Amino acid sequence: MARKISNRRLLFFTIVAWGLSLLMFFPVLWTILTGFKTEAEAIASPPSLFMFDWTMDNYAEVRSRSNYFRHFLNSVVISVGSTLLGLVFAVPAAWSMVFSPSRHTKNILVWILSTKMLPAVGVLIPIYLIFRDLGLLDTRTGLVIVLMLVNLPIIIWMLYTYFKEIPGEILEAARMDGASLGKEIIHVLVPMALPGIASTLLLNVIIAWNEAFWTLNLTATKAAPLTAFIASYSSPEGLFYAKLSAASTMAIAPILILGWFSQKQLVRGLTFGAVK
Amino acid sequence: MIIPLSMTVYFSFLRYNLLLPGMEKWAGLLNYRFFLTDPAFVAALANTLLLVGGVLAITVIGGVLVALLLDQPIFGRGIVRILMISPFFVMPTVSALVWKNMFMNPVNGLFAWLAKSMGFEAFDFFASAPLFSITLIVAWQWLPFAALIFLTALQSLDSEQKEAAEMDGAGFLSQFIYITLPHLSRAITVVILIETIFLLSIFAEILVTTNGGPGYESTNITYLVYSQALLQFNVGGASAGGIIAVVLANIVAIFLLRMIGKTLDA
Repeated sequence: MARKISNRRLLFFTIVAWGLSLLMFFPVLWTILTGFKTEAEAIASPPSLFMFDWTMDNYAEVRSRSNYFRHFLNSVVISVGSTLLGLVFAVPAAWSMVFSPSRHTKNILVWILSTKMLPAVGVLIPIYLIFRDLGLLDTRTGLVIVLMLVNLPIIIWMLYTYFKEIPGEILEAARMDGASLGKEIIHVLVPMALPGIASTLLLNVIIAWNEAFWTLNLTATKAAPLTAFIASYSSPEGLFYAKLSAASTMAIAPILILGWFSQKQLVRGLTFGAVK
Repeated sequence: MIIPLSMTVYFSFLRYNLLLPGMEKWAGLLNYRFFLTDPAFVAALANTLLLVGGVLAITVIGGVLVALLLDQPIFGRGIVRILMISPFFVMPTVSALVWKNMFMNPVNGLFAWLAKSMGFEAFDFFASAPLFSITLIVAWQWLPFAALIFLTALQSLDSEQKEAAEMDGAGFLSQFIYITLPHLSRAITVVILIETIFLLSIFAEILVTTNGGPGYESTNITYLVYSQALLQFNVGGASAGGIIAVVLANIVAIFLLRMIGKTLDA
């Protein structure tokens, strides 16, 4: 920085920026705090920010009245499972498009992305009927498959932008030394692209965790992940703010923390390298 | 995805209701005629456009302002960024329910308390302005996304350019209009197009807050198709609606793909 920054200017912008970001964060903070209140305090007027009797009762109640860990486990299996399965298909696909491109590669890439723009409702009914006939409704397997298909274009695109930065000569050298195709991908490409693969994995787990169209429409009770579990709180039932908050906190905490770590890669990943 | 899509096209020409099994009949374009002339469709189309347009306006304008602010020298920028981006990671069902109950509830919500303590009537958000309320919730989720992308773009702006302009006597406003805004134009296009893809198919926020109501006041196309298919079991009619949604999204997609194709060349 060549320009001199006056202390007053620094102080002014610091205060405004902190104020604004706290305002944006406030609903999250308020949810977390309300989860530790009693139901009466949750609707008390005037509301108190920190001065209340902290209690863990809501967490115990949320866990006892519905099987929270089952929904949590469903969310983990569905989001991680669909991402890993997607990577199995996407790594070879992106590899072939980056290192042995043909005339049509660009068109194929654009076509792959175009499937992402298909609104989900356009295929809701056939998928619902197919799943009903195959007995896949309300199963984790079914959701892993659907979310894998839905997010595959994003995974391929993200890997494509990361693979492009790896010099092809290194792969060629491995081939010269007699490495087979599988070995070339697993022992040379994957280790070199590991940071890119890791951030692809992280971002897609976040997207799949928060996905709320297919998870709401294709599950009932057995395979319902946290999105559907929280949706069951949509019908009011007496005093339920504190319990709702406790359940919400448990649903968003893991992904919020993951998100904080991945926010540096977020911009690049979600704009497919258009903004770096 | 091609197989289910062609099934949807096929279903959209059938009289097919899950409550009347074995009565599937060829219906031609009848489903489309019913869907397109249904007053609910016109309402849903208008709501979809209002919702997408409203959220885009708030997030793009707000996002540029936030990004400009965070680009200034401030203490603890790392923490500010983390606080700012957090709403983007909150799952839609959670944010919709939290806003609906703990903030916008006319009796116990925080906004009601604020209004009352300042001597105003509490405002019943979801009864008086359901679509506006949903727009606010969705904008809260997407503003951080826009701001973060704009901030990243701003940080790649050459500061010497700005210094030169400053020496030539350009004020803050003309610097913004002639240097910053053109530099951001690409990021703004990307944000508009990516958000549009996601906003066209907003579903969970409507399902857990208003169920599309009152009447059709907060029903968008996605929700309309869902209610036709899984609540009224009218597969044929819903399929026609799904195809219409696909066509609408494709109009948007053409622009996005053209732009992304350009990025590939660059």
